[in-house]
Amino acid sequence: MIEKDAFGFFVVLAAMTVVVYVTRIAGYWLIGRLVIGPRLRRMLDALPGSIIAATVVPTLVQGGPRAVVALSVTVLVMIVVRRDFFAVLAGAAAAAGAFAFGL
Amino acid sequence: MTSPEPNPADTNTDNANPDSARWTFAGFRRGALDVLPFVPGITGFAMAYGTVAARKGMTLFEALLMSATVFAGVVQMVVLDSWPETLTVASIAGILALTALVNARYIMIGATLRPLLGGEPARKVYPTLFFLVEPPWLMSLRYYSKGGRDPAYMLGGGVAMYVTWVTMAVPGFVAGAAVANPKQFGIDLVMPAFFVAMLVPLWRGPRRSYGLIVGAVAALATDFLFGGFWYLIVGTVAGCLAGVFNDD
Repeated sequence: MIEKDAFGFFVVLAAMTVVVYVTRIAGYWLIGRLVIGPRLRRMLDALPGSIIAATVVPTLVQGGPRAVVALSVTVLVMIVVRRDFFAVLAGAAAAAGAFAFGL
Repeated sequence: MTSPEPNPADTNTDNANPDSARWTFAGFRRGALDVLPFVPGITGFAMAYGTVAARKGMTLFEALLMSATVFAGVVQMVVLDSWPETLTVASIAGILALTALVNARYIMIGATLRPLLGGEPARKVYPTLFFLVEPPWLMSLRYYSKGGRDPAYMLGGGVAMYVTWVTMAVPGFVAGAAVANPKQFGIDLVMPAFFVAMLVPLWRGPRRSYGLIVGAVAALATDFLFGGFWYLIVGTVAGCLAGVFNDD
């Protein structure tokens, strides 16, 4: 258990804090060191979409029918209304509805 | 959306850099308000973390200290789950490798912030990045795409998430997971829903969205084949490389 070794715990915590902070600043720092040409520009432009797609698609697949229903509703409302807060609200409502139906 | 952008005619004596926007309290507050939809989800997650921490034998102080320093929910959960019986150099290295792997997606997320914050002074940006988490990142992408330029916006969102994350571990620690099932209200899907909602304006037709398509397919394949957290890294790297072939 963790409290057996309080000193070790604080050492690990300090090291984890550094590692996590480095992941937060490394990308920002690195891109700042590079000269941004047209290829890198296109990669940077594609990056937010890549991150978002890579994050959410496995959720969609693993979340089962409830996630598929909720996130499909979100996309449809977003395409029609173009207001993300409404789309998310509709998606959460659809998820709650799907839950009530036992999905 | 309603608060006015800083007037460009304002004399900006604070910053010598002409690219640097003004960091205003109004921007900070707006950033904090815009992440409010994420608060129920983060609260549920923080309470679950508090419960797990108590079960693992941490003191409340240790549990909150971890939230306040590491401030990365998935990392904290995964590391607690795999905490070794005895701390050795090898087991500590294992914890740190897991930490880096789980949080590696932030290297990519941070890279996307260079075009937004690159003109700002490092002494302000690097402290702000301590508070970088997904909700304020998503809201900042949205804010900048709509013409917002106040860098305090992301800081406000990050601080709001930080306060929620640290404080909401307390009821979880004290009371256990006495929360209603978050699935009942769809709270667990708020974050994924924001992600998919953000994909809609990012979709620019198939020939200009290779990054998005390849990112999704690569992430899915990696998740299917290997499981774990690799899908995030493989998906974003593959998507970003494929983005080179996007039509302008």
